[in-house]
Amino acid sequence: MDVKLISILAAALAVSIGSIGPALAEGRSVAAAMDAIARQPEAAGTISRTLFVGLAMIETMAIYCLVIALLLLFANPYAG
Amino acid sequence: MAPSPLASAILFRLGPLAITRPVVTTWAIMAVLTVVSWLVTRRLRLHPDRRQTVLELIVTGIMAQIDEVIRKNPRPFLPLLGTLFIFLVAANLSGVLPGVEAPTGKLETPAALALIVFVAVHYFGVRARGPFGYLASFAQPKLIMLPLNIVSEVTRTFSLMVRLFGNVMSGEFVIALVVALAGLFVPIPLMALEILVGLVQAYIFTVLATVFIGAAVDTFEAE
Repeated sequence: MDVKLISILAAALAVSIGSIGPALAEGRSVAAAMDAIARQPEAAGTISRTLFVGLAMIETMAIYCLVIALLLLFANPYAG
Repeated sequence: MAPSPLASAILFRLGPLAITRPVVTTWAIMAVLTVVSWLVTRRLRLHPDRRQTVLELIVTGIMAQIDEVIRKNPRPFLPLLGTLFIFLVAANLSGVLPGVEAPTGKLETPAALALIVFVAVHYFGVRARGPFGYLASFAQPKLIMLPLNIVSEVTRTFSLMVRLFGNVMSGEFVIALVVALAGLFVPIPLMALEILVGLVQAYIFTVLATVFIGAAVDTFEAE
């Protein structure tokens, strides 16, 4: 197989496998935050701010995968 | 093949410098923000009219957010973080205007903003603790954490840049793909989502910058 084909496959694999973990993690954290807000509605402001920051941290993993995919597709050092 | 999202179009050259499209868009946003800020702060009164009430609402809102995170007088941090937030909102939403690409969707603008945050964190840290106190804070809680703390300084700046770039760029990319596949009016819901993403990303970038600065100026642990 040539480098281009492998790069496209690797980009698709990077995004598809790399988004599984962050998706599960974001689901869990949102569920936990909903639970906390339902128990303690007066703390909703603090909880949602912390939730947003946490989601941003979790999402970073997925975005790293996206960047790897973009590098493979558009800035591949081996494609020549 | 689609144009690479990692490269940006060169509009003209200024000597050896290539002036790209995001730079010109950023200049336009800066000019608009400067003129609007000058106009709304021109005649401030003790009894605010409608314009000044909105202005005070925005400024006190940002100050309250900073205060909640840093738990110190938010006044020294307001110029940087407030400007950062307002610029990011304007830059992220500028992609909605026809013919304009959001400058944050290219790699250079988020890189520059993340670099500003990186420098500001150390500036505020040194100013709050003194140079040696700030350097010593890298060896907290134990000396063995020193390499990890230094690495985390770099990686969190990098992730700040990549997060903003990835979100805005991928939104524009998806809209471009849907336009190419489905036609003119189909991507409108996606564009509405993109407005939400732009606002949330501006908020997250500012909150993370606030958290980093707050951690740098936090003198409570050091004692």
